[in-house]
Amino acid sequence: MYATTIRGTSYRFPDLKALMAKATPLRSGDCLAGIAATSAAERVAAQMALADLPLSTFLNEALVPYEEDEVTRLILDSHDRKAFAPIASLTVGEFRDWLLSDAANQETLTALTFGLTPEMVAAVSKICRNQDLILIAAKRRVVTRFRNTLGLRGRLSSRIQPNHPTDDARGVLASAIDGLLLGNGDAVIGVNPASDNPEQCYELLRLLDELRETLNIPTQSCVLAHVTTTLQLMERQAPVDLVFQSIGGTQAANSSFGIDLALLRESREAALALNRGTIGDNVMYFETGQGSALSANAHWNCDQQTLEARAYGVARIFEPLLINTVVGFIGPEYLFDGKQITRAALEDHFCGKLLGLPMGCDVCYTNHAEADQNDMDDLLTLLAVAGVNYVMGVPGADDVMLNYQSTSYHDVLAVRHMLDLAPAPEFAQWLADVGLTDTQGEIQRQAVPASFAPLLERA
Amino acid sequence: MADRRPTPLDMISKLRSATPARIFLPRAGAALTTRATLDFQLAHAEARDAVEERLDAESLFGDLTSRGLKVVCVRSAARDRRSFLLRPDLGRRLDDESRERLKSAAGDYDLAFVIAEGLSARAIDRHAIPLLEKTLHSLDRHSWMIAPIVLAEQGRVALGDDIGETLGARLVAVFIGERPGLSSPDSLGVYLTFAPRVGRTDAERNCLSNIRPQGLTYDEAARKLLYLCNEARRRKLTGVELKEEAETLASDGLREIDEKES
Repeated sequence: MYATTIRGTSYRFPDLKALMAKATPLRSGDCLAGIAATSAAERVAAQMALADLPLSTFLNEALVPYEEDEVTRLILDSHDRKAFAPIASLTVGEFRDWLLSDAANQETLTALTFGLTPEMVAAVSKICRNQDLILIAAKRRVVTRFRNTLGLRGRLSSRIQPNHPTDDARGVLASAIDGLLLGNGDAVIGVNPASDNPEQCYELLRLLDELRETLNIPTQSCVLAHVTTTLQLMERQAPVDLVFQSIGGTQAANSSFGIDLALLRESREAALALNRGTIGDNVMYFETGQGSALSANAHWNCDQQTLEARAYGVARIFEPLLINTVVGFIGPEYLFDGKQITRAALEDHFCGKLLGLPMGCDVCYTNHAEADQNDMDDLLTLLAVAGVNYVMGVPGADDVMLNYQSTSYHDVLAVRHMLDLAPAPEFAQWLADVGLTDTQGEIQRQAVPASFAPLLERA
Repeated sequence: MADRRPTPLDMISKLRSATPARIFLPRAGAALTTRATLDFQLAHAEARDAVEERLDAESLFGDLTSRGLKVVCVRSAARDRRSFLLRPDLGRRLDDESRERLKSAAGDYDLAFVIAEGLSARAIDRHAIPLLEKTLHSLDRHSWMIAPIVLAEQGRVALGDDIGETLGARLVAVFIGERPGLSSPDSLGVYLTFAPRVGRTDAERNCLSNIRPQGLTYDEAARKLLYLCNEARRRKLTGVELKEEAETLASDGLREIDEKES
C-alpha cells in the first residue's frame, strides 16, 4: 500500500504497479486497460508518492510475478548490484535530480547501465518533463557496429524502408535507390516483407545483398521477417546480416509474438556464426512499441510505458545493432494524438538509452490517430536534439505496404542540415567517394553516380 | 575520386512505375517542393475525412430496400466517433435496443450480411452495394437462406459475431470500411466467420482486403467470397485452416487479417 496526502485529501495506491500506472502521464491505452489515474490531481499525487519511493523498492517488489514470467526473472537475475551501488540510497525523485546534475555524464551513466532495471528507469521517466527526457538522454550515447559505426555524437543515421505491397523486386530496388541518392540507409536497408513466405524473403535478402555488394556500401541489410523464418533462411546460407524480431515486455507478450528468450538466443548464435560483420558483431534488430502487451492481453495490469521499458530489458542482453520503438503505429486506442505519441517516443528513447540501448525511433502515426505530419516534424526534431541513433526513411513518408505515415528521406536530410548532424562516418565517406555529397557533406542535386549504372541496367 | 559523368536519369525514371511508393519526389533544398507537399496534405486530408465521415444509414437503407431487400438498422455500443476510436470493445458489441430489434428478425439463416462503416464510411458508400449485388447474384438463392441485411453504425469487425449470433445465422459476412491508407481512403474489407458468436478471434475468420476498383475488383472479390462461403458451409469452419486451402485455389487477395483493421 502506497499513500500520499495533498491538502487534506489522501490518495491510496494498493500496490507498486497501481502506483506506477496512476503516475503515468495520460494516454489512451492505460485508460482502455482501466488502470489510469481517474483525475489529474490523482496523477500528480501518484507522481509525488513515486518520487519519494526508494529505488531499491524495485529490487524487492516485482510488478509481474517472478515465478510466472521469464522477463522478470531475466531482469532481477541479471541486476548488477555493484553498478547500482552509487545510487542505491536514492529515491526516484532524488535519482531524477542526480540524472539532471553534472554528476551524470557519459562515463557515469555507462557504468550505471546494468545497475538499472527497466522499472527504475520507467519510474523516473514518469516524473520527468519532456525537456528532462531530452536533456538527460542527450548525455548518453550508445555506439554499435556491424559494417559501420552507429550512434556517435554528432551523427544521425536512418533506415531505408523500401516496402512494396507485393514485395516486387524492382519496386523495392527503386525505393532503396531513391533513399541512397538522398544519403539515407546508414542504419540499415530494411524491408518489411508483405508475406512471411520464406522463398519471398530469400529473394528479398539476395536483392538487398546484391545492391549493397554492387555499390560497395558500408551498411547492412535486413528483411524484417519473423525470427523463425530468418533462422530457416540462415540454415540455407541466405545472406542474413541482422536477425529481426518484434519483442514485448512480458513472457506472455513475447509468446503472442511466437517467441521466447531461448529462441532469441538461438537466432543470435546463428547470426554470429555467419560472421558477416566487418567491424563489429552487433547482429540483432528489434522493434517494440507501447501497447503491444495490452493488445495481446498480456499486460498483468501494468501500464504500457513500464512494459515497454521491460522490452528494453529483454533487448539489451542481445546487444542489438538497432532497436526502435514504432511509436504511433499501434493506433489511437493506445496513443490517441500527437501529444501522446510525442510523449511516448521521448520516454522510450530516454529509457532505452539509460538501459544501454542504441535507440532509434519510427516517428509515425496512422490515419485514425489525431495526428499529422506537423506532429512528426516536431517529434523528429526533438528526438534528434535528444541524440536518437536513427530514424526511418520512407519514400515521401508514406508506407504503401503497411499503410501508415513515418518520416521521409527528405526529413532526414532536413534534420541533419538543421542540427549539423552527419551520417555514420564510414557511410559519409562512401557518399563522398561516389560523388553523392559535395565537399560540405551536403547531398548533391540530381546526382546519380555512374557506379549505379550496372545496377540500374539490370533492373 | 568521384565520377562526375552525366547521370543515367532515364534509367531511374524507368523504375518509377515499379512501385506506388512516392519515389523521386522533387526537392526544394532539404525539403519537398510546394506541389509535392500539398499533394501529400491532400491525401492525408482525404484519409482523415474518410475516418470522420458517418455512414448515411438512411440513404443506404433506401438504396437496399428499393432493390427488394429486407434491411435492419443497428448500432454498436460506441455512441460517437471518439468512443469508437478509444474503445474497440464497445464497437464490437450491440447496444441493447439494437439487440432487441435484431431478436425480432431472428430465424434459421445460412448467411447474414452486415454492412458496417468501420474506419471508412466512404468505402461503404462506394463499394458495398456493387459488391453485395454481385455476390447475391451469384449465390444460389434456393440453397441459401439469407438473413435481412444488417446496417451497423460505429461497428468493428467483431460486431458481426454479436449480430450473427443474435440473428441465428450459421455464417456471417461483414462488409467494413478499412483503415484508410494515404493512397487508399476507400478500401473495403470483407470478413467471413462461421458459427458467429461473441468471443470469436481473428484467427477464426477469413478476410478479403483492399476491395476497390484500383485494388481487388468487385468481380474478383465476389468470386472469392462465394468460394469461401461454399467452402465454409461444406467444411463447417472459417479461419486459418480454410485459408491455407483457399490460397492454393485463389491465391491473391486473401490476405492475413490485419488486427489494426478489426
